[in-house]
Amino acid sequence: MKISMQLNGELRDVEVDPRDILLDVLREKLGIKSPKIGCEKGDCGACTILMNGKTVRSCLILAVEADGQEIVTVEGIGRQGMTPLQKAFVQHNSFQCGFCAPGMTLSATELLSRIPHPTHEQIREALAGNLCRCTGYTPIVDAVYEASRKNGKRTTGKRKI
Amino acid sequence: MTDFKTVGKPVSRIDGLDKVSGAAQYVDDLDFGPGLLHAAIVESPFAHALIKKIDISQALKVPGVVKVVTGEDFPYTFGLYMKDRFIFARDRVRFVGEQVAAVVARDARTAQKAARLVKVDYEELPPVLDLAEALKEKATLVHPDLKNYGRCPWFFPRPDTNIAHWRKTRKGDIEAGFKDAEVILEDTYTVPRYAHCAIEPHVIVGLYDMAGRLTLWSSSQSPYTQRHVFAEALAPLGLTHKDIRVVTPYVGGGFGGKAGVSMEIIGAALAIAVRGRPVKVRCTRAQEFYNTYQRQGVIARIKLGVKKDGTITALEHTMHWDAGGYVEYGANVVNAAGLSATGPYRVPNLKIDSVCVYTNLPPGGPYRGFGYSEFHFGLESHITRIAKMIGMDPVEFRRKNAIREGDTLAYGAKMNPNGLHEAIDRVAQEIEWGRKETSSDPEKAIGKGFALFWKAPAMPPNASSAAFIKFNEDASLHLMVSGMEIGQGYLTVMAQIASEILTVPMEKIRVETPDTDRNAYEWQTVGSHITWSCGNAVKAAAMDVRDKLFEVVHRAHGVDKKMLYLEEETVKCRGRSDFAIPLKDFVINGIQTPHGNFLGGPILGSGMFMPEFTSALSDPETSQGGHPNVHYTVGAAAATVEIDRRTGKMKILKAVLAVDAGKAINPDLVKGQITGGLLQGIATVLYEDIRYDLKGRLLNPNFTDYKIPTAKDVPVEIVPIVVEVPQPDGPFGARGVGEHTMIPAAPIIANALEDALGLRLKTLPLTAEKIALELNQISYDDVKGHYMGLCFLGKPNEYDFKMRAK
Repeated sequence: MKISMQLNGELRDVEVDPRDILLDVLREKLGIKSPKIGCEKGDCGACTILMNGKTVRSCLILAVEADGQEIVTVEGIGRQGMTPLQKAFVQHNSFQCGFCAPGMTLSATELLSRIPHPTHEQIREALAGNLCRCTGYTPIVDAVYEASRKNGKRTTGKRKI
Repeated sequence: MTDFKTVGKPVSRIDGLDKVSGAAQYVDDLDFGPGLLHAAIVESPFAHALIKKIDISQALKVPGVVKVVTGEDFPYTFGLYMKDRFIFARDRVRFVGEQVAAVVARDARTAQKAARLVKVDYEELPPVLDLAEALKEKATLVHPDLKNYGRCPWFFPRPDTNIAHWRKTRKGDIEAGFKDAEVILEDTYTVPRYAHCAIEPHVIVGLYDMAGRLTLWSSSQSPYTQRHVFAEALAPLGLTHKDIRVVTPYVGGGFGGKAGVSMEIIGAALAIAVRGRPVKVRCTRAQEFYNTYQRQGVIARIKLGVKKDGTITALEHTMHWDAGGYVEYGANVVNAAGLSATGPYRVPNLKIDSVCVYTNLPPGGPYRGFGYSEFHFGLESHITRIAKMIGMDPVEFRRKNAIREGDTLAYGAKMNPNGLHEAIDRVAQEIEWGRKETSSDPEKAIGKGFALFWKAPAMPPNASSAAFIKFNEDASLHLMVSGMEIGQGYLTVMAQIASEILTVPMEKIRVETPDTDRNAYEWQTVGSHITWSCGNAVKAAAMDVRDKLFEVVHRAHGVDKKMLYLEEETVKCRGRSDFAIPLKDFVINGIQTPHGNFLGGPILGSGMFMPEFTSALSDPETSQGGHPNVHYTVGAAAATVEIDRRTGKMKILKAVLAVDAGKAINPDLVKGQITGGLLQGIATVLYEDIRYDLKGRLLNPNFTDYKIPTAKDVPVEIVPIVVEVPQPDGPFGARGVGEHTMIPAAPIIANALEDALGLRLKTLPLTAEKIALELNQISYDDVKGHYMGLCFLGKPNEYDFKMRAK
């Protein structure tokens, strides 16, 4: 069956099977590779995307559920240049292997759209669904905090509640 | 040392933009077109069984199935240090989940459906799950053919037993050492298995084209080693090294789990089976847990003798390792521990036995820390305990015995320059050692724990690195090396080294991820040796390039090469302030002479490095005589923890870790290793809790039941400290730090727990459940139920170390 969605600002039609998972359709049929396959059961958050502005696990959603919806992935958020959040991530050396980065970036993007000036506690809560095995999270949380304050000051390596 | 332009600076990662923009490609992101085939693996349901018959006829009938492959198709063995595996199990399976066959189909669903139709008849054998069973007289043998396996010369298997390797290290007179001791403490410590949990599962895509070339796109830490292992295993098919190409783009985390060759051999074999078409093998999360590598479990007996003034007189350290069904890599972990299980201390008399035991559990292998994380838990717990027994402060005890440059190591070589004492002092100061803290909540207790750590890379003596550098027209350059960017920041650090020598700014350097057809050789990205080893190769390549630049300038302008130097991408000449030739003017097109012709050409450089002073040749009974380790990286760590007496729940208020990086090429990345490594270590103490049933089935191969920390589970404060006592043979004095940051996590928490509550737990993990039970005088061992969490089914203190492992 055919579905259509607003994908990163572009109307896309795609032929899917009713049992197809959105993550697989994005990756294999629509060429969107930033959502990653990590666990395929909603635990790791590597496949996080924005659906109508809210984070969802694309491995837990059927492609047909995306019909008529607005989908945004990391490919779609930096087209007018890096967002302040992405710049802060780069400046802070926030990511190591980078596999969690697309999902983490979208979770943080959603947070900042909801709460423009979150506390460290709110940031950690918002990112708790995205697993990272490399960084110990600190440089990620610090970058989100500072992107929200836009003061450019770095605190990597030390965190206080 | 302060005049470096790039080295020592906390520059931003050169892969940062790739990773936050979604541009970074991992193997699973590469496109192979509509011809791509997918594989599903037929797995053993038994921990130990004979394969009687495999019937693939029903699977072959499924529309869309291209091929079904079994062990009969590939009767070849493989293995990095010991060739104890077949590509697919033949005759016998040795762990639950082992590959018995594979189905290749046009889509993944069809492959999985057909895999369920492959009918395998087994004859079950008694599984060997418990080390006590594995080591008893007339034990069931996991590998009856052990004596016939090819292996590296520093392994000492015992044929007709389950002992795959036994590293013995002896120094001084152990009996006299204990006779000299005024206080002796002897106890048992147990560490279970752990899983790496890189967020990217292993993926490999193989294509064996009709012209005879085998290309593998692999999520690996070891592209060249994979090529070599594939070439060895597939040599009977006529494949040689030049026919095999391994391409490794970005890797989504390794931690040792993507070192060597594990599931990747399946991809290589299947590519050959479906020649002309690419085929993908991707681990499910569950397979990631049971059919790659796991960290091995260990049970250790430590006997330590000291004088009342705190001097260590003797150490007996016996480790029995649950190495799983295959030890082709894991036996080297056991070996590494057996050479270094003194910890970073002066120990005049010692006896170390590190015994690698086959069991019918998933294969053990390398994991960040490579044996050291495992033995430091017991050793550093023991050190704190014995210090308290003689009434000495545990930090003072460590200061007194901590190893120094020039001290004799367990195997007879000398200790390298190091900043261990500085690390101890700085950590003690930062954690405010000696200041007792109390919680405002009467239900909570606060304690502090301290530990030292060390680790050497465990490598063959001829493990080496190489590098190519090539310029572009604008004097930007490509650095072509084959270490892996597994997150540690390798690409950035290599670029910094090249930038420093060649004065080319970081933004003009691109470091290519490995392709064995193009990039220079690298043994593997393991052992925290890459900054040091490949860094030396890159430095040599940059100096080679510099020589060539000067040669061209010398030929064109007649200036003395000795007077030339580089500054801001320009060749300059001492004593001639007007002399300046920008690199971009000649690195490709050469320098024009007055006659109109050009001298020079595209500038290329290469460099190599091998630690020529190392040797694995030594007396197998004592390990004396060789120089198996290149150097040790050392450090100290401490934690302040708060524990709720009612629930056992622990909160880490502060963690401090100082590591001697020799020279931190990029201090920000070193700090990143400290923050990340500490949390990975803390997770093995507080959260991760592996369980097998009594048939050897892994019960929690997923992130729902095997908990790794989230952003909410981090210490309240982490203080990274970088110590810099240069490594004489390191690039700018650097040595590796990647694994080390994980090693002290377990003992600092165990020691803090005892400090807070007087409770000494000797078996990892230290979960809230376990602590709460113990606080209610209920021994966890009595109530844990019928499952395997450890390598020993009984109570650890009843484990008999004297069985056959004498």
